Amino acid sequence: MHTLNGAQIIIRQLEQLGVDTIAGIPGGANLPLYDALAASTTIRHVLARHEQGAGFIAQGIARTTGKPAVCFATSGPGATNVLTALADAYLDSVPLVCITGQTPRALIGTDAFQEVDTYGMSMPITKHNYLVRSAADLLTIVPKAFQLAGSGRPGPVLIDVPKDVQTEMVSFESWPEPLAAGVERSPASDGAQAITAAAAMINAAARPMLYLGGGVIHAGAASVARKLAEQGEIPTVVTLMGLGILPSEHPLSLGMLGMHAPRATNLAMEECDLLIAAGVRFDDRATGRISAFCPGAKVIHVDIDASEIGKLRSVDAGIAGDARAAFIALLPHIEKRPRPEWRRRIRQLQQDHPRFHPDDFAPGRPFHLIRQVAELAGPEAYISTDVGKHQMWVAQAYPLTRPRQLLTSGGLGTMGFGLPAAIGAALAHPDKPVVCFTGDGSLQMNIQELATAVEQQAQVKIVVLNNQSLGLVRQQQRLFYERKYFASSYRIKVDFAAIARGFGLQAFDLDGADNPDALLTGAMQTPGPCLINVPIDIEEEVTPMVPPGAANTTMIGGSHARN
Amino acid sequence: MPATDTHNPSEAQPVNTAILRLTVNNHPGVMLQICGLFVRRNFNLEGIFCSAVDQGVTSCIWLKVDETDKLDQVIKQLTKLEDVLAIEERPDARPGVSEMEAMMARIG
Ligand SMILES: Cc1cc2nc3c(=O)[nH]c(=O)nc-3n(C[C@H](O)[C@H](O)[C@H](O)COP(=O)(O)OP(=O)(O)OC[C@H]3O[C@@H](n4cnc5c(N)ncnc54)[C@H](O)[C@@H]3O)c2cc1C
Ligand SMILES: Cc1ncc(C[n+]2csc(CCOP(=O)(O)OP(=O)(O)O)c2C)c(N)n1
Repeated sequence: MHTLNGAQIIIRQLEQLGVDTIAGIPGGANLPLYDALAASTTIRHVLARHEQGAGFIAQGIARTTGKPAVCFATSGPGATNVLTALADAYLDSVPLVCITGQTPRALIGTDAFQEVDTYGMSMPITKHNYLVRSAADLLTIVPKAFQLAGSGRPGPVLIDVPKDVQTEMVSFESWPEPLAAGVERSPASDGAQAITAAAAMINAAARPMLYLGGGVIHAGAASVARKLAEQGEIPTVVTLMGLGILPSEHPLSLGMLGMHAPRATNLAMEECDLLIAAGVRFDDRATGRISAFCPGAKVIHVDIDASEIGKLRSVDAGIAGDARAAFIALLPHIEKRPRPEWRRRIRQLQQDHPRFHPDDFAPGRPFHLIRQVAELAGPEAYISTDVGKHQMWVAQAYPLTRPRQLLTSGGLGTMGFGLPAAIGAALAHPDKPVVCFTGDGSLQMNIQELATAVEQQAQVKIVVLNNQSLGLVRQQQRLFYERKYFASSYRIKVDFAAIARGFGLQAFDLDGADNPDALLTGAMQTPGPCLINVPIDIEEEVTPMVPPGAANTTMIGGSHARN
Repeated sequence: MPATDTHNPSEAQPVNTAILRLTVNNHPGVMLQICGLFVRRNFNLEGIFCSAVDQGVTSCIWLKVDETDKLDQVIKQLTKLEDVLAIEERPDARPGVSEMEAMMARIG
């Protein structure tokens, strides 16, 4: 027989579920939860400086481990602050469990102090959510929330717990049986038939193309995907969320497709006769104008979320199920088939439209910096980005070699993601280097988490690509608003190194440095968290660029562009 | 449900709507989940009728959906809601639904 209050039930269950880190901020409505957490010997609490930071720290843990991570917030402003991180997790399918405090039951609906409708507000941005009405219900809700967050298509789950539910005492005989976690591996009932049809289409195709994304990483399917590509000699593109599935130097890798893809990649997509899409959701940044995307291709779509199949592009074969299971089922049916003509054609496109120009790597330019950092950080490093030009430069030039290596906000594109996500990655992998590439705009969105990084001694190197502007916005004004720059550059120059030192970080400034290379090398080798400010010319652009709403074959810019 | 221009349930009308019957967990948030899904996914809902069944453990929701071309998406998205336990497409219930609409119009 156990007699515990609601808060203790939550904490005990989190311990049983193997949670070792929780990021959050206490307040009136979740103090019982913090009281119970204080008694835990196995869970480390990470005190964030803003609940959005707490949510992104949890994301950093979840994105690198693939397991649900936990964040806490109090009612009212605590809950509203964490919503952005939940929305971000929802769009990128990241498993999170967020537990918020709420006004006591009797006061709900009376506009009580710090009362907001957290349940209603989080509904459209969570996979599922709960407003807990009795402490006994927590026994089923907490394990269920974890199962939902981590299974099928992962996503955030919110549990809103009124303060008096946290303090309500419950007596019960035994803890509920643990629920099965992880991805359901069973393929759909019509699976076998779809697999045979898909295999026949692949074997018959002259110019097939694999289009892989975040779902392949969720499925742990990167190595089978690679096998499939190699067995059928199928050129492969990935989305921003799929970077790392296939190393960029792999002979079949065409890198990222879409808005900021290499020209040759988008042009090759245009010519494919079969698109094998897996763990992707045909997002407009990836596909451009969907009606013009791979216009001559038949489509096979593998996705664990059946509603994704046919949502934006009708398919010739749909496989509703886990990507790894689907690839394993497909492999024995795929003929070993060289496709010399298709490979030759792609090589031709790549020669005509080289991905990089030697000038891109001149000292002081973004790609030079990114490659230097990659060299210094080593292949084991986790890389987070913020949102903007610097994010796209990293996507284009960082040698990503493994799934879950890159942490980036793709679907919501949330500035402020990079620093707290990097802290989360560092907490989950204390033995690995973590680099956060950020912009001067994005860093200012969650700069307070520098304090968290120092307090936790998180091994993060924060590289600020400082162009004193909201660079990507400014680029759009240049390209699409007749260079009418407005509200896209900063009139004051912020001394980020001084600010970082104020928080207790070591800081380095490459601005005006005599020997920037030596300074960067030294900085990257400094133990503990540190910030490196790197001046970047405001006119450095992300090229090529597909104008929003245009077909992917309409690409603007690039010093080596042919049109 | 809004009234339609015909009050005779047996009279044939062009069918551009679908009738769905959902079984859902009965709790205060569930209607918000269903209606919220229709709003944010940009699906048109023409009518909704909900009532508790099974001693209040579950509810039965009848939906008249004006999305025959998107019906597959509507059903797949509804299926994903954790509180939706079952979905049936019920063309056979169209006369009953029309009767309900007519009754609502009569009540005024
Ligand atoms: C400034 C900016 C620029 C961008 N530019 C580009 C660009 O040029 N190119 C680009 O591609 N993106 C770009 N993006 C990102 C873009 O917005 C989308 O986030 C991204 O394209 C979506 O990736 P995805 O299709 O892999 O889907 P994700 O959002 O990663 O979704 C994963 C899919 O896999 C499915 N899935 C999950 N688990 C499994 C499983 N076990 N088995 C099978 N399926 C599963 C899910 O149901 C879902 O459909 C940009 C973002 C920003 C902020
Ligand atoms: C929270 C949030 N607000 C606004 C935007 C719109 N936005 C996209 S990129 C960008 C500029 C980013 O500037 P910075 O972080 O300095 O990166 P840069 O593009 O200069 O590399 C803005 C404002 C956003 N993505 N997120």
